[in-house]
Amino acid sequence: MKEKMGEPRHTISILVENKFGVLARVASLFSARGFNIDSLAVGETEDPTVSRMTIVVKGDERVLEQVEKQLNKLIDVIKLCDYVETPHLERDLALIKVKADKNDRSELLQIVDIFRAKIVDVSDNSVIIEVTGDEDKIEALIRMLASFGIQEMSRTGIVAMARGGKTLTL
Amino acid sequence: MEKTGAEILVECLEREGVDLLFGIPGGVNLPFFDKLYDSKIRVILTRHEQGATHMADGYARATGKVGVCTATSGPGATNLITGLATAHMDSIPIVAITGRVRSDSIGSDAFQEADATGCTRPVTKHNYLVKDVKILAQVVREAFHVARSGRPGPVHIDVPVDIQRAKTEFVYPEKIHIRSYSPTIKGHPLQIKKAAELIRESERPLLYVGGGTILSGASPEVRKLAEKANIPVATTLMANGALPYDHPLYLGPLGMHGKYATNTAMQKCDLMISCGARFDDRVTGKLSAFSPNSKKIHFDIDPANIGKSVRVDVPVVGDLKTVLKELVEEIPSQNHEKWIRQIQEWEQQHPFSYKQNEKDDFVKPQYVIQELHRITKGEAIVTTGVGQHQMWAMQWYPCRFPRHFLTSGGLGTMGYGFPSAIGAKLAFPDKQVVCIDGDGSFQMTMSEMATAIHEKVKVIVIVINNYYLGMVRQWQELFYQQRFSASCLTVEGGRRSKENEPDPRKLKYIPDFVKFADAYGALGMRITRKEEVVPALEKALESKSPVILDVIIHPEEKVFPMVPAGAGLDDLIVDMA
Ligand SMILES: Cc1ncc(C[n+]2csc(CCOP(=O)(O)OP(=O)(O)O)c2C)c(N)n1
Ligand SMILES: [Mg+2]
Repeated sequence: MKEKMGEPRHTISILVENKFGVLARVASLFSARGFNIDSLAVGETEDPTVSRMTIVVKGDERVLEQVEKQLNKLIDVIKLCDYVETPHLERDLALIKVKADKNDRSELLQIVDIFRAKIVDVSDNSVIIEVTGDEDKIEALIRMLASFGIQEMSRTGIVAMARGGKTLTL
Repeated sequence: MEKTGAEILVECLEREGVDLLFGIPGGVNLPFFDKLYDSKIRVILTRHEQGATHMADGYARATGKVGVCTATSGPGATNLITGLATAHMDSIPIVAITGRVRSDSIGSDAFQEADATGCTRPVTKHNYLVKDVKILAQVVREAFHVARSGRPGPVHIDVPVDIQRAKTEFVYPEKIHIRSYSPTIKGHPLQIKKAAELIRESERPLLYVGGGTILSGASPEVRKLAEKANIPVATTLMANGALPYDHPLYLGPLGMHGKYATNTAMQKCDLMISCGARFDDRVTGKLSAFSPNSKKIHFDIDPANIGKSVRVDVPVVGDLKTVLKELVEEIPSQNHEKWIRQIQEWEQQHPFSYKQNEKDDFVKPQYVIQELHRITKGEAIVTTGVGQHQMWAMQWYPCRFPRHFLTSGGLGTMGYGFPSAIGAKLAFPDKQVVCIDGDGSFQMTMSEMATAIHEKVKVIVIVINNYYLGMVRQWQELFYQQRFSASCLTVEGGRRSKENEPDPRKLKYIPDFVKFADAYGALGMRITRKEEVVPALEKALESKSPVILDVIIHPEEKVFPMVPAGAGLDDLIVDMA
């Protein structure tokens, strides 16, 4: 369990019916019950009738128990997995536009290299960096880039998957 | 065979056994209403869509079947919200069908367009926007299944007008399976064993019985459990009638305006057995002080209710009736005579009581309800609004049967009483149905008098008329220094205080409920003196047309006992004196 700002943080994946309005159902459940979402990512799965949402949520044990029970109660939620006690991978992708003229580029390149990130666009006075990783790695890169001046950032939100043979499928 | 969407809707409703449908037509549900014209389903035209939802709700609570209501798009759909939320909070099965603007104009701010499914999402168990006529039959089937199974609740189906007109090959889906929805019915055997063990060991057990008992039809099982293990029974507002009021093990209601003995038993028990109750704050008071020394068993069909506000020792998820049947087999006969005698002593110390005519000679609301109870033997179907009169109804009209006390417990919806009474009476034309209402609550939905007259539905409305939003006034009196801000319903209205209170004997009441009854062709009677109560009740019960009894009471009348909001059950105020 990762501690952030004192409250436990859980990564939960749910399989939902790939139907109109399901995202709104999940989002409105969180706002109606006052749960705090850190991130929410949605996408298709290997089964076209099923979508997968990954939600990062903060709260004490009781709140998280309610989050999971309330999600399970939604008719369109098929399956739920909380990764808190499962060895798993987490990945977030960020595009970060950083102020950089010619003089900054070599230093930037070094940093990007260390983080195994990529420069995917260059202009006279800025670059776009693409990085994939867990939250810690992305946060660390952001801290390193701050001194150059971050102009814009866009992140996908975390997706997760259990290591080894364990799967979340129907 | 090819059928239109509207034909499919009507046929699916008929096949679900729907005999009554409440609602109002409008632009985009006209194809549906046109097909209803030829159907054997009785359509009750209400005067407001809120009325339609409460009637469907009253019908559902009284019968245990799914209530059905309908409205047009936009304002019709938004008028359903209060009724759906009311049903949602009390887990009442309703299916609401609305028309929607044409599929190709959804999202264009078309005339009478509202995002109806967006509006109903948080106040329903589930909802559907049907974008293809081919799935319509399946959706209606699912909607009824979802509404009545598991923890019941309202379901909304939104059908664009072009889908109602579109044709498709109709095949009735005999079976339904929703892969993501399968409520747990059978309790876990190990958990049931553990519960039985706690019951065997307990010396001071208490059954804490809630609305889930009524919904599950588990009254006979609760009774068996109580009798076999000799356990006293406390009920919530929602469970009035779960045990016959004169059963020797029945203690009475719990909570904010519950009995002293019942609340004290809750505080002193060593084992609490919660049956379809959800630890609502109006029952528990301050959580940290709630039944501090008891072990707790919690039977509930909704896993999310377990551990939500109170930690329990043995949770059992499942349908109450099914679970209790198994539990009763696991427990021996027991005797808790000493504990029961102790509770009886508490009861003798502070029974529900009122003093007749301490203030002038105003009629006592408790007396009116007590006499109604005596004359109807506690066997009438009683509905209520929300406020003081609702609490007096709970205290003085303990029911003999389940599904006979219809009240908005979770949402506390003023205006619920009168339309729900109409719904119940339509389901049970041979029963006496009495709405004990407040003058404020009645005014919220009294336009449904037209529906009652129109459909020849004889219900009795007893307006407990204190010319105040009485419960608001009670709180202002006790907790806001008697500053009666916007709670007085007379011409004087506005800012009242003890000093500038209108004289209740010289008041101009608005409206004149007797004239109101007259205007609609109902029977109106005003009661200002005690002697008038019984003859008026008798006349009302005999009447063939709807009745309004306008009972003038003194505005200072308060509901006691009372646990102030936020206090523990031990801090019960028994009386002001
Ligand atoms: C729709 C709605 N609006 C407001 C309230 C808040 N409220 C609770 S009780 C009450 C007063 C009810 O007055 P009345 O129906 O006359 O009943 P009384 O308490 O006088 O018996 C009010 C305004 C409510 N419960 N429901
Ligand atoms: Mg009143």
